Amino acid sequence: MAVSVNEAVSTGPVRDHPPGARRLGGRSRSILEVALLAVLAVVMLFPVLWMIETSIKENRDVYAIPAKFVDFQVTSEHFKDVFVASGGGRSALSVSFLNSVLVAGVSTVLATVLGVPAAWAYSRFAVKAKKDQLFFILSTRFMPPVVVVVPIFLMYRQVGLIDTKLGLILIYAAFNLPFTIWMMKGFVDEVPAEYEDAAMLDGYTRLQAFWRFTLPLLVPGIAATAVFALIFSWNEFVFAIFLTSSDNVRTAPPAIAGLIGGTTVDWGLVAAASVVCALPVFVFAYLVRKHLVAGVTLGAVRR
Amino acid sequence: MSDPVPLTTGHPGQVASATPPAPGRSRRLSDRGLAVAFISPALLLLLAMSVFPLLWALYLSFTDYSATRGGPAHFVGFGNYTAILTSAQVHQRALTTLIYVVGAVGLQTVLGFAIAYLISRRTHGRGLLTTLFLVPMMLSPVVVGLFWRFMLDAQFGVINSMLGSLGVGQVEWLTRQRTALISLIVVDTWQWTPFIMLIALAGLTAVPRYLYEAASIDRASEWFRFRTITLPLVWPLLLIAVLFRAIEAFRLFDLVYILTSGGPGVSTETLSFHVYKVAFLGFHTGTASAYGILMVLVVIVLTQLYLRYLNKLKED
Repeated sequence: MAVSVNEAVSTGPVRDHPPGARRLGGRSRSILEVALLAVLAVVMLFPVLWMIETSIKENRDVYAIPAKFVDFQVTSEHFKDVFVASGGGRSALSVSFLNSVLVAGVSTVLATVLGVPAAWAYSRFAVKAKKDQLFFILSTRFMPPVVVVVPIFLMYRQVGLIDTKLGLILIYAAFNLPFTIWMMKGFVDEVPAEYEDAAMLDGYTRLQAFWRFTLPLLVPGIAATAVFALIFSWNEFVFAIFLTSSDNVRTAPPAIAGLIGGTTVDWGLVAAASVVCALPVFVFAYLVRKHLVAGVTLGAVRR
Repeated sequence: MSDPVPLTTGHPGQVASATPPAPGRSRRLSDRGLAVAFISPALLLLLAMSVFPLLWALYLSFTDYSATRGGPAHFVGFGNYTAILTSAQVHQRALTTLIYVVGAVGLQTVLGFAIAYLISRRTHGRGLLTTLFLVPMMLSPVVVGLFWRFMLDAQFGVINSMLGSLGVGQVEWLTRQRTALISLIVVDTWQWTPFIMLIALAGLTAVPRYLYEAASIDRASEWFRFRTITLPLVWPLLLIAVLFRAIEAFRLFDLVYILTSGGPGVSTETLSFHVYKVAFLGFHTGTASAYGILMVLVVIVLTQLYLRYLNKLKED
């Protein structure tokens, strides 16, 4: 039944689809294509809908056999459990969400502050071996996290950064920096260097020209880049699980993963926590939808 | 009114150009200084958090160091490397990884391109359709892994429930050797098909319309048009997407960790997961470092390939 609801949503385009059939049989073919798209959309979206549904189901309906698609009891218990501990007060999960906000936010600011000037310099100046430097920067992002985490773990143990938010912030900033530089270089390239030249003719220094004339034009690009960095840090799991352990440091992804550690799993709670984790990402992704292609390819592909 | 304004603003410029050599030289000098000042903090962070750890791993890979035992590390030369390269265990993980990468990326490419092609032929609702299809890609791998684990549960999972109503018996998706790896491939395909779709769509919408019009004047068949216009124009971009996904799939860890933990047995243990086990469960830090360095070498080769194609695309 949930499937039929889904179908009604995704077949929306069918109705406004014009009879643009130029050749014979074009119309039936077009209907076939729409049907195929609808089926694919259902398959792709079903798990997400099922997750949302599970997060508002009464516990006995969550484990019902056969699965209940529509006739279930609605409850907000699971969402309450995400934020409020069973004995009252803050739950461990809600603390982990706050940690995620802090870690993702600060690491994004750090990556932006370091990355935007670097991107501007790479775009404007004749830097020695520029191409090699840029490629080196991007390739650090492709290192397997599991491999990097072993020496990082040893390094953090030496300097006391294990199980601290600062440790996570630093590694996330380093992890987002290549992306920020590549993505921002594209945006800076789009701003004509002549603006700065003109400003310098007017007596401003290069730095003032950057600060007063180029930077304001870059703000939308910086915002889009920062949103992607925020999403990457928010969703990150591998570094988080190896470098942190205590409840007051842990971010949301490892905390949610920790919910399935015991013998019985409260899947309603897992679903509700997942929804809470995914919701801000959807909002942010919607805000940067114009830059998605550049964003998901780490700024490498621009159209 | 309009005349004096440009004159007054022009003054500082004229003053500056009245003494050209001095500002010119100092500007060039300060440009270099500015470039160094703006780039070096970023490079320093990368050196500290990416390069230094890798160099450390490189050093450890020649020793028998163990993070738990502590004590001094003894130099063992290429011992760790030969041990890994000749280990049957590692060969098996490499095969699992290969099956996983080829299977998942292959499926994603076919499906993603098909969806993009279907969407590109729509004139209405393109934006909405694209947004809907992109949802899985935005989820955290933890959420994806956990949720599919729930859906694939043999007893109360919704997949078996739906199969049951079709008359198919229970399938133990994640606890049978053969189905576990297939499940992993399916879940990864579910999450990352949108990635290929998004990039293929960018390529498809960039194909100039007049090419199709010219072809239809020549009464070229649909398949001919697809083969001679669409595919050659989209292929370079698609190749980049495929390579990108291949690198990501090769280093995948989180989905395995959440979905199967490498099991049942070792049937879904990829190289990444095996490195983790050697490092954090076996505590053979030296061996794990050598293992990791070898993986990094593979990634570097793949990345070079990726960047070369990227460069080619940018130059065209």
